[in-house]
Amino acid sequence: MKYLPLLFAALMRKRTRTLLTLLSVAAAFALFGMLDAVRVAFNAPQSVIGIDRLITSSRLSLIQPLPYADLARIASTPGVKAVTYASWFGGIYQDPKNFFPNFPVEPESYLDMYPELVLPDVQRQAFIKTRTGAVVGQSLADLFGWKVGDKIPLRPTIYPHRDGGDVWTFDLVGIFKAAQPELRGSEKQMLFNHTYFDEGREIGQGTVGWYVVRVEDPARADQVAQAIDDQFDNSAFETRTQSEREFQLSFAKQIGDIGLIVTAIMAAVFFTLVLLTGNTMAQSIRERIPELAVLKTLGFTNRAVLVLVLSEALVMLLIGGLLGLVLAYLALPIIGEASSGQLDVALQPASWTLGLGLMLAIGTLVGLPPALKAMRLRIVDALAGR
Amino acid sequence: MPETPSAVRPDVRGPLVAIRGVSKVYERGRQRIEVLHHVDLDIPEGDFLALMGPSGSGKSTLLNMIAGLDLPSEGTLSVAGRRIDRMSSAELARWRAAHVGFVFQFYNLLPALSAQKNVELPLLLTRLSAVRRRRNAAVALDLVGLADRASHKPSELSGGQQQRVAIARAIVSDPTLLVCDEPTGDLDRHSAEEVLMLLQRLNRDYGKTMIMVTHDPKAAEFAQRVLHLDKGTLVEQAGTSA
Repeated sequence: MKYLPLLFAALMRKRTRTLLTLLSVAAAFALFGMLDAVRVAFNAPQSVIGIDRLITSSRLSLIQPLPYADLARIASTPGVKAVTYASWFGGIYQDPKNFFPNFPVEPESYLDMYPELVLPDVQRQAFIKTRTGAVVGQSLADLFGWKVGDKIPLRPTIYPHRDGGDVWTFDLVGIFKAAQPELRGSEKQMLFNHTYFDEGREIGQGTVGWYVVRVEDPARADQVAQAIDDQFDNSAFETRTQSEREFQLSFAKQIGDIGLIVTAIMAAVFFTLVLLTGNTMAQSIRERIPELAVLKTLGFTNRAVLVLVLSEALVMLLIGGLLGLVLAYLALPIIGEASSGQLDVALQPASWTLGLGLMLAIGTLVGLPPALKAMRLRIVDALAGR
Repeated sequence: MPETPSAVRPDVRGPLVAIRGVSKVYERGRQRIEVLHHVDLDIPEGDFLALMGPSGSGKSTLLNMIAGLDLPSEGTLSVAGRRIDRMSSAELARWRAAHVGFVFQFYNLLPALSAQKNVELPLLLTRLSAVRRRRNAAVALDLVGLADRASHKPSELSGGQQQRVAIARAIVSDPTLLVCDEPTGDLDRHSAEEVLMLLQRLNRDYGKTMIMVTHDPKAAEFAQRVLHLDKGTLVEQAGTSA
């Protein structure tokens, strides 16, 4: 403890440089905290216990459809209260940059399944009755300036229209709002009539992308999920029933191995950090050779000088790193809120532990070479400027 | 002198510093440079010795060896009865911390620390409490007339004041020996005289044994004894001047 002022004096010798280095370390660890939270969210095992809404999709792949005939079998599974279905359409509005999710759904049962999508009753009835009808969330309507009565053309990426046209045109019959502010992310989607979709598409008629199941007792959700999947075991269309959240994550995982991507980005960030802080430490020690020689002259042993220099690197990494992780900790809920709950990420204890380990490892890596140099310093040569 | 926990002097019979047949050879590639050649020298306790000589005469090398910063290639070197030429690097570090105070030409204060913290540095190696360290450093600063500058950084002090802080740092642990390498080499005449008078006072009033390397004959006049080195050999022993 008595050496702490000496340690901080060394760090404060070039305040601007130390501050910039600390900011670099903090930025790297803030990025680490956020990316690791994403990695953990994607890799964490998901349980369905306590969840009343499940998704049943193909066990093989998300892009593999399921027969429409499965609806009745799923609905008759003990413990299932209601079932609806949807598919992925992947239509593009004007420009691929205008991406938003658009799903054909069975209007009545889908809106019953998702009461958080609040639609005026007149518009709800219009959606149910209009074959080409579509509803969009308020956020999406605001984004493109849509209003009820507009015609919305979508260019298909998977399902061309059987009439040979490469445009599907929908009549906007309703605009829904999210029941709660934290669900505002759901306002960025478009729903349209599955019957119109099924009649109009050239391929895949009689299939759906996935089923949404409401269970009677959330406490028994895992048994119900298992019962649904057991029915389709060894069939041509084996299923996998999971929580909505896990289903959404599976969608995102189609981009690639999220864990590998995150790890690669973090490796690049930390490699840069090692070079940066390593260079800073080396420069700092080069400038302080006479001072270190004085400490040795006064009686500081080689080992004490080694520990002192190594501690500088460790302290810098620990202060900057913890600052970065605190920033990530504070930023993650804000990011989650901004994504309207779609991105449910938080800094887990494991990330703190891993971060701390990385701080110590990088601190040792960048601090050890200059510390060894300082330890081996010959006083007479150093004082003489040799 | 500031208090230290147990600045107990060993029972020394004979000179405080005894140098016998000391040589120092540096090897630069194939070149062999003999900086000191069979030097014999006794320095009694309470002495104020000035070492003079031209550049490259070996006076700083001799001072470094007496201070335990360098080891002789040949010969023996004892301080207060202890053979320091046989000590390991760690033993020498501990010995220096306990027995030697250093004053350098360019003060060599740590720029990020206040005068008070600079003076406290050698005490970090003792078991003194923080309060005692602060108190002893304050006494040392008072002794060199800089009590009112304790919180100042070196950059806020003049050259003479910085050297007086360096002297306070050298004496704060009440060392056996005070070694000064060109202590006035970077100072104007007035500041140099102040520093030399301070060193003389420490020698006279507190009995500090001092060895000073200098180029300056005026500075050497403040010493009790002046020795000249030339090409690594003691060539002359001048008498007491102060």
